[in-house]
Amino acid sequence: MLDRAAVLHVARLARLELTDEEVERMAGELTKVLGYVEKLGELDLEGVQPTSHVVEVTDALRADEPRPCLPVEVVLAAAPDPVAGGFGVPSPGAG
Amino acid sequence: MSAELIELTAAAAAECVHARELDAAELFDAYRERAEADELNAFTWVAESPSADGAGDLAGVPVAVKDLFCTEGVPSQAGSRILEGYRPPYSATVVRQLVDAGAPLLAKTNQDEFAMGSSTENSAFGPTLNPWDRARVPGGSSGGSAAAVAAGLAPWAIGTDTGGSIRQPAALCGIVGLKPTYGACSRYGMIAFASSLDQAGPMTRDVTDAALLFRHMVGRDRCDSTSVEFPEALSMPKRDDLTGLRLGVPEELVGEEGGVEPGVRACFDHTIALAERLGASVEPCRLEHAPHALAAYYLIAPAEASANLARFDGVRYGLRVDGDADLITMYARTRAAGFGAEVKRRIMLGTYALSSGYYDAYYGTAQKVRTEIYEDFERAFERFDFVVTPTSPWTAFELGAKTDDPLAMYMNDFCTVPMSLAGIPAISIPCGLSDGLPVGFQLAGRAFSEARLLDAAYALEQAIGFDGRRAFA
Repeated sequence: MLDRAAVLHVARLARLELTDEEVERMAGELTKVLGYVEKLGELDLEGVQPTSHVVEVTDALRADEPRPCLPVEVVLAAAPDPVAGGFGVPSPGAG
Repeated sequence: MSAELIELTAAAAAECVHARELDAAELFDAYRERAEADELNAFTWVAESPSADGAGDLAGVPVAVKDLFCTEGVPSQAGSRILEGYRPPYSATVVRQLVDAGAPLLAKTNQDEFAMGSSTENSAFGPTLNPWDRARVPGGSSGGSAAAVAAGLAPWAIGTDTGGSIRQPAALCGIVGLKPTYGACSRYGMIAFASSLDQAGPMTRDVTDAALLFRHMVGRDRCDSTSVEFPEALSMPKRDDLTGLRLGVPEELVGEEGGVEPGVRACFDHTIALAERLGASVEPCRLEHAPHALAAYYLIAPAEASANLARFDGVRYGLRVDGDADLITMYARTRAAGFGAEVKRRIMLGTYALSSGYYDAYYGTAQKVRTEIYEDFERAFERFDFVVTPTSPWTAFELGAKTDDPLAMYMNDFCTVPMSLAGIPAISIPCGLSDGLPVGFQLAGRAFSEARLLDAAYALEQAIGFDGRRAFA
């Protein structure tokens, strides 16, 4: 069961601004989905190892060789606020 | 001439180009014209001119590409407002491979936003319509690719599959869709949804086309450390019987629990009878944990998505909403304005499942269930060559029918999610019609068994004799 406060807490973690209406709806919908996934609790998983990745890959290290990369102006072409060869952002302390 | 051109499968068209009976430029123009006139909203962008000529194995037969594949200089928006108008500075490895093999880019196709959905209704650019019945959805998330191929607006297409996003729309549109073994195709340049599950694959009119396209998509890529060299050469499928093959039917997935419609079940049973006539043996098998796969998936996939989508923050590309806000508020407002309802829901779900105090109970448990599902398949493949199920429990549903109920929408993936969690390959082929709508038949095999899978699917396809051309626009 997710209440309003819990939804607002998760939204803050997710960097997502929600309207009051979205908070209400999200609380109901997430509670329903969590109710469904809780059926996993029926299973006896004692001693089962978790799987995070299905393909056997060991440390995939590449040779440490310099390669050409994209020019700065190309990388910045889609940036909302390119500033002096970097990405401009609002001040963390503004507002 | 144009009508005859469109009737050709992609492999047949490629053969005609190789034999100099057909001009690749003429083929491109014919499809470009059709794509421009699209009434299904299958495309988000259509090419002006071909990016490859008639050389190479793929002989200039143009390919439609799901929006989320980064394509240099071409809008690549993943169906999202937050990436509206974004033109990446590089191309996804599989897109580059296809162009290098001689398939020019025809168009970008519509999809559920960030591949989250099973109906293509979650696109910021409007829903795609099913060519068999325009009041219905094409499935999703690769619904634009599926509709385009089914309607003859593209010779073939590629999509991505995280929990069923290639196979389910292929089934609902009456085409072939292959989800490869995890690691077979590079994920580099695919805008990520759930990185331990995402795979690119072909969506085509028939199995031969799927094999031809797929063999140019595989391979180890230095830009994706989870990609591996495909262990064998892939030839064109040619098998015309199923003698000696053992098919397992998991009761857990074909029975009532998944809500399989009677009409879908009837087509499935008919196909099983055909398989037996072709020499296969068919027996029930157990996938004990499969009914829990969906619950595990809807924790693992949103958890990975919540991390992957953190990159959309209004700093490096895409939308920014700031005004006089500080940095954190800019992030939160940009994401609020840029993401649609389903994406927000999954980010919230994933963030919650990974948050302090809940991690073990949700994400950790789901990962253990994933192990059980993987081992269920291992046991099944000791006795069977392939596991077979209906691809989707039902045929194409009406637009809007499931948009108000997230759980009902998630049930679309009931039969396709177990294979995704196990990382194994699975193919959907059309196996008949139920009330005039296509039904998909799914075959799944061991990791890297694509050659055998395509061979078996080809033999079945010949016996089924499905003709999808009646959906041509």
